[in-house]
Amino acid sequence: MSAMLHPVLSSADVLGLFGHFLVLSLLAIGGAITTAPDMHRYVVVEHQWISDAQFSASIAIAQAAPGPNVLFVAVIGWNVAGPIGALATMAGTMLPSTALTLIATRWGQRRRDTRFVRAFKTGLTPLTIGLLVATGWLLARPYVDFSARGIGAIALIVVSIVLMLRTRVSPMWLVALGAVVGVLGWA
Amino acid sequence: MKAPVDGVGAGDAGAHASPGPTSKSDLFFTFNRLALQGFGGVLAVAQRELVERKGWLSREEFVEMLALSQVLPGPNVVNLGLMLGDRFFGLKGAFAAVAGMLAVPLVIVLLLTAAYAEFSRLAAVSGALRGMGAVAAGLIIATAIRLMTTLGSNRLGPPLAAAFAILTFVAVVWLRWPLIWVVAGLGTTAVAIAYARTP
Repeated sequence: MSAMLHPVLSSADVLGLFGHFLVLSLLAIGGAITTAPDMHRYVVVEHQWISDAQFSASIAIAQAAPGPNVLFVAVIGWNVAGPIGALATMAGTMLPSTALTLIATRWGQRRRDTRFVRAFKTGLTPLTIGLLVATGWLLARPYVDFSARGIGAIALIVVSIVLMLRTRVSPMWLVALGAVVGVLGWA
Repeated sequence: MKAPVDGVGAGDAGAHASPGPTSKSDLFFTFNRLALQGFGGVLAVAQRELVERKGWLSREEFVEMLALSQVLPGPNVVNLGLMLGDRFFGLKGAFAAVAGMLAVPLVIVLLLTAAYAEFSRLAAVSGALRGMGAVAAGLIIATAIRLMTTLGSNRLGPPLAAAFAILTFVAVVWLRWPLIWVVAGLGTTAVAIAYARTP
C-alpha cells in the first residue's frame, strides 16, 4: 500500500474538514491534543480518510520534531489531503482559539478574581485531565498486544511514564530511545 | 514544569532583569529559538527562556499567564505567546510571537511527513516511528498523571473532581461521544456545581 497517495477529497470534504477543526478549536481546553480523540473519530472512524496507524504516526512525527505539539494537526491534514488539507486543519485549529484568546486575555485580566472565572477554571480542570488520559489511551492502544513487539512497546510506554515523572530527563532523549528501540525491531 | 533554575538565585526571580522584548522581531526570533529547542513540547523551554534567561516575565506572571492559557481553548504555548506578545506590542506583537513559534517548525514537520510517506516501507523507518509513537503515548499519560495532583485542591472536592475526570474518559473512550457533547453536558454540569460552591 502506498502511503504517498492521499484519499481524493472533494472541495465540500475539505470545507467539512476545515469546519470540523474550527469547532474543535473552541473545544480544545487544555490544548489541541485534548481534541485528538474527536479528530480520530472524524477522520479515521467516520470518514476513513486515513488509517489508525497513520493517525498515530502523525502525532508521533509531530512529537519527534521540534516545535509546539499542535503541529500534529497540520500533519493529520497533510495525510488526509496534502497541502490543502494541512492548510484546512491548521487554519481551522488556529483562527477561533487565537481570536478568543486575544479577546479573553484583555477581558479576563480585569476579572480574574470574579466568581464566574474561578468556577469556570475549577469545573473544567477535571475534564481536561480526563481528556488527556483518553488521548494517551488512544495513542497507546495500537501498540498494545501480547506479541514480542507488543511487550517491547508496552515496556517503552511504561519506561517513558516513569522517567518523565521521576527524573528531569528531556523528552527529546526518550523520543530518541523510542526510535532506537523501534529501529532494532523490539517495539 | 520543574525546570532547573540554572544558578539564578531564588531572590532575583521576582525581579525583572530586562524590561521586555526590544522589538517585534526580537519577539519573533526569541519564540523561534525556543520552539526549535522544544522536542516533545515547548513549555519547559519557554519557562527557561522567557523567565530565567530573558527576564521578560517574573515567575509569578508566567504562572498566571499559563493558568489563563490552559483555561482558554487552543494550544497552551501558542496562547501564552499571544498573551505575551499582546502585552508588549499589541496585536502585531501577538502575531510576531506566534509566527516565530510556528513558521520554521511547521516547515520541518511537513518535510518530515513527506519524507516519511516516501520511506515508510523501510522497516527501520516504520520501526522508529512505532517506537517514537509508543514514547509519545507515554509522555501524554505522564503529563496527565502529573496534572492529576491538581484535582486534590479542586474546589469541587477530590472525589467529585475525580468522578468528572473518569466520566470524561468513559464518555470519550467507551461511549465515543463527540467532544462537543462532553463539554456541553459534563462541562456545563461541572462549572455549575463549581459556581455554586465558589464563595
